[in-house]
Amino acid sequence: MYDFAYHKPTSVADAVKILSSDPDARPISGGQTLLPALKHRLNKPSAVVDLSGIAELRGIKRDGDKLVIGALARHGEVANSAEVKAAIPALAQMAGTIGDTQVRNRGTIGGSVSNNDPAADYPSAVLGLGATVVTDKRRIAADDFFQGMFTTALEPGELLVAIEFPIPEKAGYAKMRNPASRYVMAGVFVAKTKSGVRVAVNGAGPCVFRQADMEKALTASWSADAVAGVRQSADGLNGDIHGSAEYRAHLVTVMAKRAVAAAG
Amino acid sequence: MPQVTLTVNGTSHTVEVEGRTLLVELLREKLRLTGTHVGCDTSQCGACVVHVDGDSVKSCTMLAVQADGAKITTIEGLAKADGTLHPMQEAFREYHALQCGFCTPGMVMSAIDLVQKHPDGLSEKEIREGLEGNLCRCTGYHNIVKAIAAAQDVMHGRRAELAPAAE
Repeated sequence: MYDFAYHKPTSVADAVKILSSDPDARPISGGQTLLPALKHRLNKPSAVVDLSGIAELRGIKRDGDKLVIGALARHGEVANSAEVKAAIPALAQMAGTIGDTQVRNRGTIGGSVSNNDPAADYPSAVLGLGATVVTDKRRIAADDFFQGMFTTALEPGELLVAIEFPIPEKAGYAKMRNPASRYVMAGVFVAKTKSGVRVAVNGAGPCVFRQADMEKALTASWSADAVAGVRQSADGLNGDIHGSAEYRAHLVTVMAKRAVAAAG
Repeated sequence: MPQVTLTVNGTSHTVEVEGRTLLVELLREKLRLTGTHVGCDTSQCGACVVHVDGDSVKSCTMLAVQADGAKITTIEGLAKADGTLHPMQEAFREYHALQCGFCTPGMVMSAIDLVQKHPDGLSEKEIREGLEGNLCRCTGYHNIVKAIAAAQDVMHGRRAELAPAAE
């Protein structure tokens, strides 16, 4: 790992000031993605800006019909939060399956969502629930946030502060893991929300995406059988040594059935 | 150079580090606590697990500067001053839960965190799932799982002494 300067600001404003003044500075929270990348020298930041001292990025709270989760909430914290379990049990359940215990004790929701790894779990919950990403500058709808592999609407120097999840009537998540790496081969998050049914697919393509045909089928009838006949096209999906695009397309339908069954 | 102050196994240390120094490097190279191992250095194998403020973490994937102000427990901090082993260490010995021993420090630290977070007790399946972040290439895990199952009864006060392993 190359060396870098280290900053530990105590406010979002100070963090943004450092990140904006130095395009090669990178924010770090849990570091479960950034540190492995730095070890491989895939990235050479001039400075690392540690967000862990910023109190305003913490906290999980219910706010009317929304659940607001601060960027620094660790996966283990979300998985075990009574507030999350009561409001959106599928989100708590998802958080409890990210990585392993030790990764969940460090990794944060803000880091995962900002990174937008195709095989990450959280992006499908954010998109599937139609959440709003709150930054230091603006509010971004999930539909506009995820823009491609490792790419989001966040601008250089812009910091994810919190995510607001509307509380759904029902939601469920199912994924098929790679048996060795345990990363998602294909995952599906389904939700019955006030604004309609939403289905988000992660792991299968280069970026999380909505599955319109499944949304239509579940709007007509909310049942695992309703999505059983909906085929996902393999066009544009990931194909690699772990599985072909066709295999992942098949998994999407299977995971959608399981996710609806899990949602009840 | 950044300076970090942290408490390791009850003793406070102030150490100069680089921004890039990993917590495991601080422990092994600066404090000479070499019981914490580096296996994969890619946060997969769990040989480097220590407790940071009561949570198990992979010390190869945490910067030393991120541990400023933290209370750290390593494998060296488990046994009592008189040499009496922690119940989990004793269980690993009694149940022959190791062969080469390389993964053992991380395995023990993860197991203690797992048991402490589940006061109502863990099933065999839950123990196996709870060890997802620790790899052992010798034992096949069976005896590790048995050791943790036995140790939890002592740690939660359900038994005064460790149940002996079958002959």
